[in-house]
Amino acid sequence: MAEPILELRNVTRTFGGVRATDDVSLAFMPGEIVGLIGPNGAGKTTLVNLISGFLPVSSGEIRYEGRSIVRQAPHQIARAGIARTFQIVQPFAQMTVLENVMAGSIFAGALGLKAARAKAVEALEFVRLAPFMDMPASELALANRKRLELAKSLAMNPRVLMLDEVNAGLNSSEITEALGMIRAIAERGITIIVIEHLIRVVAELAERAVVLHHGAVLSEGPVDSVLKDPRVVEAYLGNRFARRFAG
Amino acid sequence: MILDRTFLLKIAVGLALFALAAFSAFSLDNYQLQVGTSLAMLAVLCYAWNLVGGYMGYPSLATITFFGIGAYTDGIVQNLDQAIGVAWLAAAIAGAAIALLLGAALLRLKGHYFAIGTIATLEVAREIANNWDALTGGAIGLNIPIQMGSPEFVGRFFFLVMLALAVAAFLVTVVVDRTRFGFGLRCIRQNEQAASMVGIDVVRYKVAAFVLSGALSAAAGGVYASMVAYIEPKDAFNLVKTIEIPVMVMLGGMGTIFGPLIGSAFYVVLNEFVWANFINWHSGILGLIIVGVIYFLPGGVLGTRWPSAKGRMPMRARAAQPRTTA
Repeated sequence: MAEPILELRNVTRTFGGVRATDDVSLAFMPGEIVGLIGPNGAGKTTLVNLISGFLPVSSGEIRYEGRSIVRQAPHQIARAGIARTFQIVQPFAQMTVLENVMAGSIFAGALGLKAARAKAVEALEFVRLAPFMDMPASELALANRKRLELAKSLAMNPRVLMLDEVNAGLNSSEITEALGMIRAIAERGITIIVIEHLIRVVAELAERAVVLHHGAVLSEGPVDSVLKDPRVVEAYLGNRFARRFAG
Repeated sequence: MILDRTFLLKIAVGLALFALAAFSAFSLDNYQLQVGTSLAMLAVLCYAWNLVGGYMGYPSLATITFFGIGAYTDGIVQNLDQAIGVAWLAAAIAGAAIALLLGAALLRLKGHYFAIGTIATLEVAREIANNWDALTGGAIGLNIPIQMGSPEFVGRFFFLVMLALAVAAFLVTVVVDRTRFGFGLRCIRQNEQAASMVGIDVVRYKVAAFVLSGALSAAAGGVYASMVAYIEPKDAFNLVKTIEIPVMVMLGGMGTIFGPLIGSAFYVVLNEFVWANFINWHSGILGLIIVGVIYFLPGGVLGTRWPSAKGRMPMRARAAQPRTTA
């Protein structure tokens, strides 16, 4: 069996007395799409922050390509090939769309300015933002800002891409388009972790799903079986619904 | 480096201006040389501030801390019978070293907190200079060997040295503006979190900019100290000056290669004019003019779209917004 590209071993993160991430152990294979779901406050974004080095783990280990990365700074992790998008989009507002994406290819992609520009244009064409290249990033509409985040991450030449609620706030047709893009990215061999609370997105996209609840892994496995797991239904809808659902 | 034709033209214009100033040194009288020297010095300090305050968006009020450190280092080293060039080099190195130490601590702060923290460095530095009598001469001040030669010769010499320093500061800015270092600083200004997420070593970039700025400011301080041949704490670590520097850059345009030059020139001319005509009301009038200019030209001379420089309110909001740190 292939080695996992990203592996979490007993990762725990506490904030005061709260265990925001509770003894999570997960493995991600190269090129797979994994849905990370869970109700609000389940600890999904905390987990992303731990992996990307934004928050230090309280205990446990995160291994990327066989090496521990828990002591590394966010920029080192980004350069090593773990990219993320933010739930609340974070463009460099005074820069143009192209410059935003170039930031990704210059620093994480470690390219010279000319090569970085070519790489950025390619990423923009991929997410169909090329026509807006010279526009200030602050003038993009929400759906396009989400795509900008995607292009910026792609320009970083990642091997693992974490998409934090990349579909939140989009309408149905925009979501369909975004799903197509995400699938195309996975076909390049990039591991994708889709953080969502829209079950539809995960159901359509992922082969495997992980459900977080109160910071711990509640259920894990093929998407269909996970979504039918009574514990998952209970976590989302409350136990009265769960009983009716099961009964 | 990305160098398009417009940018090359800008560099050429800048260098031509400096060359013109250098040639004019031989036809200026002493008063004009003195004004020119202080203009060149302010330009250096403005360029130094612009790296941290303009490109990186950290509102530093420590420029004069490093200026003073440079001045004292120069005085102390020259009093050890070292050549003037050695003393200037020592000043720049001292500025860089102390900026490295202070930056590692201060750059964890943001916005107003950073500004207040940097002001504290000035107050602390002044108290040290006031009380460490053995090294600094305390409140009495420090005498520095005077340069030999006629007043014209010495005046011209310091003018040209300060001008050379201004050229260096200009060229540093040109390089920063067009390389990945400057690109990274601009990213940091706009969103530090996103900057680290695209792989920018935020801490190192911030400290590097602060060190560069500290070295330039201290070099200016060193040359200044040699020129005036006497420094005292309240002159070397002057609170008003440390606030004037950012004001000048704002007048000219932050995060641009000409903003510091235009701003300092504008300020010096304004200052001389108001000083000559309203000697009793000098500070008050200057203050009002500054408030007025910043109110009506928030992006500075360079950051303003001139054709629409009337009905200002919406543009003011837009131009002011990007300058704040997240």
